[in-house]
Amino acid sequence: MQNNWKITPYLFLLPALVLLFVFFFIPFFETIIYSFQDYSNDIYNPVFGTFINYKTLVSSAVFKKSLFNTFYFLMLTTPFLVIFPLFLAILINQKIRGKTLYKLIIYLPVVVSIVVVAIAFKWLYAPNGLLNYFIEMFDLRAVNWLSSPRVAMISVALVTIFKGVGYYMMIYLAALMSVPKELYEAAEIDGANEFQKHLTVTVPHLMPTIALVSTISAISALKVFVEIYVMTRGGPLDSTKTIVYYIYERAFENLDIGLASAACVVLLLITLVFSLINIFCFERKKYGL
Amino acid sequence: MKTAKGFIIHIILIAVCILCLLPFLWLTSTALKGPAENIFQYPPVFIPEDFTIENFKMVLTLVPIVGYAINSFIVAFFTVVLNLIFSALAAYPLARMNFGGKNLVFFGVLATIMVPFQAIMLPIYIITLKLNLVDSYSNFQGYLGLILPFAVNAFGIFLLRQAFLGIPKELEESAVIDGCNSLQVFLKVLLPLIKPSLAVLAIFTFIGSWGEFLWPSIILTKDTLYTLPVGINDLQGTFSGSNYRLIAAGSMISILPIVIFFAALQKYFIQGTNEGAVKG
Repeated sequence: MQNNWKITPYLFLLPALVLLFVFFFIPFFETIIYSFQDYSNDIYNPVFGTFINYKTLVSSAVFKKSLFNTFYFLMLTTPFLVIFPLFLAILINQKIRGKTLYKLIIYLPVVVSIVVVAIAFKWLYAPNGLLNYFIEMFDLRAVNWLSSPRVAMISVALVTIFKGVGYYMMIYLAALMSVPKELYEAAEIDGANEFQKHLTVTVPHLMPTIALVSTISAISALKVFVEIYVMTRGGPLDSTKTIVYYIYERAFENLDIGLASAACVVLLLITLVFSLINIFCFERKKYGL
Repeated sequence: MKTAKGFIIHIILIAVCILCLLPFLWLTSTALKGPAENIFQYPPVFIPEDFTIENFKMVLTLVPIVGYAINSFIVAFFTVVLNLIFSALAAYPLARMNFGGKNLVFFGVLATIMVPFQAIMLPIYIITLKLNLVDSYSNFQGYLGLILPFAVNAFGIFLLRQAFLGIPKELEESAVIDGCNSLQVFLKVLLPLIKPSLAVLAIFTFIGSWGEFLWPSIILTKDTLYTLPVGINDLQGTFSGSNYRLIAAGSMISILPIVIFFAALQKYFIQGTNEGAVKG
């Protein structure tokens, strides 16, 4: 009985641990190993112990551009996804009718596959599509949403924003329930108007949630892929090529395992910074730390 | 004053809702337009003039969308089932037992959250090939290749661990006094008490699996095993003769199941984000 008790926890953990080993820990270490292997002579017998992939990466203009594009995309999406859903959540949190319906409609894009959303936007963005029609209605010039290197990334960012607003709004709505009502009443007595009330009560109270939304939206921005794959394939002129797209291209189109893995390690290190901040600063409770 | 404020709030929210629905309304409108109608005409027409449901019928006969939906369902269903079982099993000792290496396991699981799938997908692909979990061997192996890499998720383990921690220890102790062993305590006492968290995990895993595109698009070789996102993306190539009506009809059919699912279980979605659950 005593002995049986001791192996019990391991038996419970076994299935999960086996899967995590095969599909997480082994691939994780392999990615790092691959990135230090030279595949140029014989792809089946790579030579370990080289920095060649990292050197190629550092000197690659396309990789640098992908890195730049990724952070550009992050700057386009994250600030908006932190602020606008908060604004919406505050509006929905007022005493109004039809709350549930508003929530459901705004959340709808979150549950629909990103592939369908991206296809729909591709048509809205067409040269003679709906968006350009609206723009020309105001006597403005039609925009080359997806074919202009200067605009394409903004167009992709709009799709990501469209898909994300509802998700972050729900997180804010949950957090808003914990703001004590007395604080608003106190602010009202002090003569604060609607806007001041939220600036002095809601925002400070929601600071942990705002920080959380910042890091999780930043992490998902670093991983952006499907929108780009469906709409632009990284083009025009690499203007929407992000780091994950670069990895995908190297790994699955060029079969350049070493270079792709080095790029993976770079992605890993960048996301690690954000994840560490997130887990140890904002989500301690969720993980029981 | 009060009504003016309410009025402005409604105006803003209605505008946002219209924007949220616009792409889907445009898809629906395109899907319902007949061949006599130019879908790119100026000015755009929302209500189809040459109204027809032919496009839906045609895309269903030309493309095995129902088959894609069945594949998506099989993959999502078993991904959910395995996640519930494995996460609950792993979460229990992490919440309730003391054992050697507990910290190591805890931080090992936590580490998996910090690494994006995209950063390690290349070796995962190679391992999956080496394990013969691909559709070129058999459909069964193809499904396994789609399911197993996502069959356990650290978010799920932590979500359920928190749920187990919320259960009073006395309940467990009295069950042990009544002669239950660990497995019985787990199955008969603890699992029924964390049903709400299991529901949340199930729903978010389902949505995530249903919408997953990157992994199936890499690992699948046969179109008979395509899941909906892969199949719908493929429509763009199949109907490259700019048959947008058919692509739109196919897209609308593909989102129907998930929209119904969402409408039916909406209260769990709201509760799920409250618990800070997994992102779909």
